[in-house]
This record gives sequence, structure tokens and C-alpha cells, in this order.
Amino acid sequence: MPADDVTMLKKLSLPKIRKLGFKYQLIAPSIIILLIIGLFPLVYTLVVSFQGITMMDNDTSFHGIKNYVAIADDTRFWGALFHTVMFTVIALPIELFLGLFMAQLFIEKLPGRQIFIALLVLPVVVAPIVSGATWSLLLDNRFGPINQIINWFMGEELTLLWTINPTLVYPAIFLAEVWQWTPFMFLLLLAALSAVDKAQLEAAAIDGASYWMIFTKITLPSIWPVMAVAILIRGLDLFRLFDIVWALTKGGPGTMTETISTFTYVKGFQQFETSYTGAVALLIIIILSFVVIGALRKVELSR
Amino acid sequence: MNAKFKKNFKTGLRLAGAVALTILFLFPIYWLFMISFKTADEIYAYPPVWWPESLQFSNYAVLFKDGDAATVGNSLIVAGTSTVFAMLLGTTCAYSIVRFKTGGNHLANWIISQRMIPPIAIVFPVFILYVWFGLVDTYFGLILLYTAFNLPYVIWMMRGYILDIPISLEHAALVDGYTRWQVLWKVIFPMCRAGLFATAIFTFVFAWNDFIFALVLTRTEVATYTVQVTHYFGGQSNFWGKISAMSVLGTLPIFFIVAFMQKYLVRGISLGAVKG
Repeated sequence: MPADDVTMLKKLSLPKIRKLGFKYQLIAPSIIILLIIGLFPLVYTLVVSFQGITMMDNDTSFHGIKNYVAIADDTRFWGALFHTVMFTVIALPIELFLGLFMAQLFIEKLPGRQIFIALLVLPVVVAPIVSGATWSLLLDNRFGPINQIINWFMGEELTLLWTINPTLVYPAIFLAEVWQWTPFMFLLLLAALSAVDKAQLEAAAIDGASYWMIFTKITLPSIWPVMAVAILIRGLDLFRLFDIVWALTKGGPGTMTETISTFTYVKGFQQFETSYTGAVALLIIIILSFVVIGALRKVELSR
Repeated sequence: MNAKFKKNFKTGLRLAGAVALTILFLFPIYWLFMISFKTADEIYAYPPVWWPESLQFSNYAVLFKDGDAATVGNSLIVAGTSTVFAMLLGTTCAYSIVRFKTGGNHLANWIISQRMIPPIAIVFPVFILYVWFGLVDTYFGLILLYTAFNLPYVIWMMRGYILDIPISLEHAALVDGYTRWQVLWKVIFPMCRAGLFATAIFTFVFAWNDFIFALVLTRTEVATYTVQVTHYFGGQSNFWGKISAMSVLGTLPIFFIVAFMQKYLVRGISLGAVKG
């Protein structure tokens, strides 16, 4: 808030106008709802995670940190965490660079530019579960067009089992993920690039700076704040990856593509390991809270 | 002349690249829509058919006949109602945070961090809570959760829009004898109409497109269209006609909405970081 606004605010807060509690009346409903849905279940999860509730046994006695010890020994959990991190660190740079490349393509005048942009962002607003379903149609080994196209190029009959073959499941998920979210990066980076000072770019070009020099010294620092936000939003989204994996592989074959989210779902809602899932959920919340708090300090999100 | 030719050539190249990219990115959507108009014979043809013989709507007719299309209605009720609640509550909360610095930066940061926790970690305890109170598979339960899930987004976005309103307007209204509530209702809400509209659209889309909350918290009564789509995936065979038709029913409204609000898109999806 600019300084003059603050002084105005002080004037507004004269005793006559100020009504103590008004500001709390305004926030109360929102905070109550956030606490009901956010805090109360959190406390309950904490309690449950120290008990021994499973599908067979409604054991609410105190089990100490048994469930947390079990997580430490659970290779399936660590596998899921590893897959999740892998999805994030591979998909994120791909989306970022592809998005940046696309943004460069559209930064200057182009006939029909607005229409292209409007069409290119459509994947972003498709429900992720629908885009997962769409890609399972596209990648079907027999009735999907992807294998057909590959066969045209290869000139032979190949049957690639995209959602079953262990070497192909990851590319399949990446395809869907990158297809859906590259336009997100594109849109944000295009907006950031449009805000770069043109005069500065031209001056540098006249001074004989190379394209790379201009990009790293002028463009990149200028678009960085937006880029950081884009990376933060997409990074956190990728960490919770569920829908696309669920539609394409359900975490399979075996547990090969299981993410933290699909793992928790299976444990909690298919195997009904209630207490164990509680411990997992709590662990995720704690880890993510640290990441988010750290990231929010670094990133200027709408100041 | 030469320079001009060079420039035109470059634009031509970029145009070709743009067309190629657009085709690449739209092809999956084309395929989804196109399958929904195919007959079963065309869907299960080998090699795949890229263009159906005729437009036929039997895949849609089945959805309406069996009542599956009602899940789109459920999505509408749940997403629509939760959007109204989240907008009303979130905007008043945002106003308090902006004007009175209620809770300071800590509250604002806590609120936005609520948005960033993975939904699966939220929905597990909420499910247990809902089992106690009999809220599983009810409109109320789903609406409450979507309202709560979208509140941080609304508060965060509306905070940005309210910051843009000059405080002198409020001052003038107070001098004219408006009460605080009247200022909120008659000055703030109308002044950030565009922001309200844009934020509401995104809030709606988030709830509309959600899968994981609805998967956990619905059974049959209030199942939304995203849950319904996954019901057609079988162990051995998938009902592709139904998958695609159901997906199109859920996706088409979103495409229309987005087409009308291009100029709000960037600010909306960047959590307000890009004013656009």
C-alpha cells in the first residue's frame, strides 16, 4: 500500500468512524470455515495417526509413533515420494522451456496472434481427469492415433502398450502433463515478456550485445518475478499430481508410477488403513508447509 | 527491399511455427470431441478413423437416457453455489485484510498457504469428519468443502483488486453518512466488479474441474461429471463413446466461459502475480 494511502487510513480510523470489531466481523465467517475444514481435521488426523485403526480393527488405543516408524520402513511410500519428485523435476523444466520458446514465438506482431493464443490456452482449462482420459484414448495401443502415427514413420507394425509397458508409462504421463500445462507457462511468460522494456532491448542491440547477452542480462532478470511464481504454482501442482496418473495408469504397472497422492488415496480409501494414512497425510502437510512458507518468502506473490 | 523480404520471410516462418504448435496442442481436444460423434464401429475400427462418416449423437443420447448427464447438473449446483459463498465471504474477508490490515501479513500468508496443501491430505480427515456428521454424498458437504478450498484463492485475488480501489472513495462515502457495511456493499463491491467477475469464473472452474474431492466425498447422489467419466473405465474394456461424450459435456461450458474472458485469464491463473 502506498504511503499516502496509509495516512488516509489513519485519518479514516478516527474514533467516530472506527467501530471496534468491525474488521473481525468481516473476516470471521471465512476464518471459521477455514478452521472447520483446515484446522479441525488436522488435529483429528494427528490424534488418529497415534492410534491403530485399520479396516479390520477399530483400535483407538494409543500406539505412540508406531505408524510413523512404519512409514520410515515403507518402501512403497518412499517410492511414491521419489516418483512424485521425479515427475516434478522433469516435467517442470520441460514445461518452462517449451513455454518460454512459445512465448518468444508470439512476442512480436503476428497475424491472428490473439486467436492463436486463445486456442493454445484451451488445454489449461480442461479438467485434469478429462485430459488424462483423453490421453488414454490417444495412447490406446490399437484404437489410438499415436501408435498409428508412429507406425507411419517407422513403416512397420508396432504395438506400443503406453500405459502398461514399464519403459513407456513415464513418457505417457509426461506427454499428458506437458501438453496440459505448457500453455500455462506460455501464457504467464508471454505476459512477462511483453512487460520487458523495449527501449532497453534496442539500446543493447545497437551497442552490439549478443542475443544471449541480452537475454541473460536484460530479459531474464525482468521476467524472473513472474517466472518464479509460475514455477512455484506448477511445482506445487506437480507435487500433488493425481488426476492424470489416475486416468492413465492408476499408479501402475505395479506401483511404478504411484505418486504421493495416489498412494495416500489407495491406503486411505481402498485399503482403509486409517491411522497409517493419517500419519502419511500429516507428514505431507508438514513437509509442504515448510516448502510453501520458504517459497512465499522468496516469491513476490501479488504485493 | 531485401530487408523487407527478410522480415516477411521471418514472419512467415513464425506463422508456420504458430500454426504447427496450435495444431499439435489442439489435436487431443479434436480427438476427444470427434470420438464422441463416432459410432461404436468407428470407435473400435483398426486402423483408427480420423474423421467420422456422419455426425451422430447417440453417445450423448445414451447419457441423457440413462440419467448420467445429471452429473453435469450436480457439477453446476455444487460449483455454482460454492462460488457464490466463496465470493461473498472471501471478498469481505479480503476487504478487512486490506483496509484494516487484520492479522497482518501472517494471516494473509497463512490463508494462501492453505491453498497449497495437496488436496489428498485435506480430503482424508475431512472424509472422516463427514462420515461422523453424515455429510458424505450430500450437496451440503461438497459445497462446504469447495467453498473452503476456494476461499484462500478468492481472498488472495480480491485483496489485489481491492488494493487498486482509491481509498478516497470510501472516505467520501463515510463523510456522506454511509455505514461501514454500506461502504462495503455500495462502494467496494461495485468498484471491483470486474475483479469479482474474473475471480468468480476461476473459482467456478476450479470446483467444476475438481476430481479428487468429488471422488472421495460422493457416491451416487451428488457425483459430479469428473467422477462419472472415470466410471466408464472398465478393467478389460473402456466405454469410449461414453467417456468422450461425458467429457465433452463437461468441457464445452468451460471453453465458452474462457472464450469470453481472455483478458482476465493471465491474472486469474497466476494467482494475481501478473496484472495483465
